[in-house]
Amino acid sequence: MSLQMISVILGSLTIASALMVVLSKHPIRSVIYLVITFFFISSMYILMNAQFLAIVNMIVYAGAIMVLFLFVLMLLNLNKEAEPETSRMGAITAVIAGGTLFLVMITALRDTFQYGKGYTPVKVQDAGLVEQLGKMLFSKYLVPFEISSILFIAAMVGAVLLAKREKQVID
Amino acid sequence: MEQLNNIGASLDFYIFVSIALFSIGAIGVLTRKNMIVLLMCIELMLNAVNLLLVTFSTFFGNGDAQIFVFFIIVVAAAEATIGLSILIMAYRNSKSIDIEMFNKLNG
Repeated sequence: MSLQMISVILGSLTIASALMVVLSKHPIRSVIYLVITFFFISSMYILMNAQFLAIVNMIVYAGAIMVLFLFVLMLLNLNKEAEPETSRMGAITAVIAGGTLFLVMITALRDTFQYGKGYTPVKVQDAGLVEQLGKMLFSKYLVPFEISSILFIAAMVGAVLLAKREKQVID
Repeated sequence: MEQLNNIGASLDFYIFVSIALFSIGAIGVLTRKNMIVLLMCIELMLNAVNLLLVTFSTFFGNGDAQIFVFFIIVVAAAEATIGLSILIMAYRNSKSIDIEMFNKLNG
């Protein structure tokens, strides 16, 4: 079993589980399929030797963000009637629009396909390792790294402020 | 493909997967009415972009794009938090997670 075969299988599984995110009726199933998609994407990162991002993707996306989604789903306690109906005409229009987007992007990148046919990556061994990325993150990209912490504080305060229950008005 | 490199597939395969993921996410955003599934489709589109950035970063042997992906993940985490709290607030006010509920905003 060659490496190419593994990557083709991984790619098709990724697309299949991403399709199931959109197609499944129940939101909890969508969340589970999205977690599976993220794991497949992480495995493709590992295949491309981007080990740091594979681990970060697994911890942050599949771990933290998806658990947040699941928590909100369970907090809202939705039943079958709460699931909004999607109209048939709208679905057909959306599929046509999305398919057109796909075709346009594939056509626009056709030249890249030709040039990338037998392209061998240069120095693939060390671009995505923790050591390289850490050195870069704490020297060249130190200022954006610090600014992102401010972004997190703002997001945290905003989330608490938005989701806080308003004071009950006594009438 | 006779010239097999050490990352499995060629550049065009990863570009194809990435574009397919992005289009599926776009179809989901246009189709679904459930706000939570909508947010999830946006996350899917962000991941498609991440995959493309990592692919080009690997193929050119340059780590800068992976730092960008790291920051995209950071921003996506903040975005998901804020989006979900807005969703909870909207659900408390209208007892519905239909995205059409926001049509009331046009007065």
